[in-house]
Amino acid sequence: MLKKYFPSLGVILAIVAIFIGLPHFYDNQSFLFNLMLYLALAEGLNIIYGFTGYLPFGYVGFFGAGAYGGAIAITLLHISPLLGVLVGGVVAVLTGVILIPLLRLSGAYFAIANLAASQALYLVVANPSLEKITQGPYGIDLSSVYNANAGYFAMLGVLVFAMALVAYLRNSNFGLSLLAIKEDRVTASLAGVNVIRARSIAWMLSAFVAGMSGAVFGWYTAVFYPSTVFSLDVSVFTIVFVLFGGIASVAGPLIGALILYSMYNFIGISTPQYFQLFYGLLIVLLVLFLPDGVVSLLKKGKVYVP
Amino acid sequence: MNLFAYTILAGIMYGIFFGLVGLGLNIIFGVLKMINLAHGDFIMLGSFLAFWLYDLLGFNPLLVIPVAVVVFFLVGVPLYYLFVPRLLKSKDPEMLSFILFFGVSQVIEAVIIFSFGNNQRSIPSNVFGAAGFDIFGQRFPSAWLVTTLVSLAAFAFVYWYLHHTRMGYATRAVMANRDEAMMSGIDVDRISAFVFSMGLALAAIAGVFSFFIIGAASPSMGPELTTLSFAIIVLGSLGSPLGTVLGGLIYGVAIMFMQSYFSSWADILPYILLIAVMLFKPEGLVGKAARSA
Repeated sequence: MLKKYFPSLGVILAIVAIFIGLPHFYDNQSFLFNLMLYLALAEGLNIIYGFTGYLPFGYVGFFGAGAYGGAIAITLLHISPLLGVLVGGVVAVLTGVILIPLLRLSGAYFAIANLAASQALYLVVANPSLEKITQGPYGIDLSSVYNANAGYFAMLGVLVFAMALVAYLRNSNFGLSLLAIKEDRVTASLAGVNVIRARSIAWMLSAFVAGMSGAVFGWYTAVFYPSTVFSLDVSVFTIVFVLFGGIASVAGPLIGALILYSMYNFIGISTPQYFQLFYGLLIVLLVLFLPDGVVSLLKKGKVYVP
Repeated sequence: MNLFAYTILAGIMYGIFFGLVGLGLNIIFGVLKMINLAHGDFIMLGSFLAFWLYDLLGFNPLLVIPVAVVVFFLVGVPLYYLFVPRLLKSKDPEMLSFILFFGVSQVIEAVIIFSFGNNQRSIPSNVFGAAGFDIFGQRFPSAWLVTTLVSLAAFAFVYWYLHHTRMGYATRAVMANRDEAMMSGIDVDRISAFVFSMGLALAAIAGVFSFFIIGAASPSMGPELTTLSFAIIVLGSLGSPLGTVLGGLIYGVAIMFMQSYFSSWADILPYILLIAVMLFKPEGLVGKAARSA
């Protein structure tokens, strides 16, 4: 029964080994941190987009909600940063609960409404009239609890959690029922799937991952602004990584994020426009020629993708 | 009372312009049932075309209109044949087109930043004379009047095209049902390519005049304008071009009131309107349901 989890488990262990081992040979910790961050976000987005087909253009809303939720809990309630990470996840889930009605919209309408919701959240958080709580546009300072190594391993923990969730969905009946909803909602409900419950759970799990990632990001960076943690780029990067790798598997989003984020870091960081151009063209070409991502090539070669 | 009257009148003028901002997106949606996520970037391209022609050759923004129409038909027709027929054959045209046009939007933004730098550009609003004009004792800049008249002319043109030309009849047939239109012998691709280009040209025309209403143009303003346009067309009605003007008017008057009375929260308005309409009145204020899950 548990045997079907072995390939996914192998992938997870490999990733853990990489991120524990690599700091000994490669000293750019912040690059490795950001790479893990995007791996976790890609898996989180995979939960909702890969398994249910809802494309969350405002995924960054959860990320920002988590970053702010965690940071405010740490500064105002004086809790430990690790607990703050959990609070960040919970705040994102609560945001997700408020947005559950959006799941009534289909396809592109959902995507745009979600984008609007994340922008609205950004404008609320950054609003000068809320300066007492959120510091408005002036950003958050967490330097009193700054601890780079602890943050690094917290991020690894979130990443493992995200991968484990996807591994569960990839191999369980629940994941299968989500895929059935994506394929045909009416048929799935006739076959006994509780559509509304299932998609809401997927939505909240996805929000939880993004929220915890946001909170760890806030802790690790120590100083951040609303424009950083609500930047549309976070959604865009994550979506491109997932599309490039391939949806609804553990390995797909990991492959996409590993390849593209490394490229971005080594080529594009000095002149982001080159990368914007490259990403734009990549999206167009992917949609036209490889809509199922890189892993679809492996599947064509009869290789099992965990 | 003075502020109130000013707000209403300015809101109507703004609103008519915002109708034009959404119009191109709406006619493309009507015909293709696809959301052009690069719509805001085509508006931005219109702004930069106008700025460039004004800066280099001293073109009056009104003269930019015919140039924009020619340019965007030359761009739109190849773009249509390159992407759309392929997309329509795919498994999930709605979602894939959405992602594809997002890619197009990224490309446009990057190319404009390469060629013009990531700076704000503007055309002084006194190009139409500095005098201004009076309505009911309120004074407004002349540029607003010109913008309003151009927007009204665009709506009149679309109305005339849809209801008084042969191609317009065919367009409405395609809007109603693409397959049936094809079976009755209409060259669906030709009509769609034409309307697609018309949508891009209308977006560009909105861009030409955006300087006077929205303010300076920057290469990264696209996504925000796309969301705004989408809010406007869902408010009016998706796929019903003339409903757009109603959405624009509501938005224009609402934003003016927000700016006059709650200015620090005005930016949030389009997003809240969009979500509220989608959730509570998904068929728009005029029109039929198109999008429940």
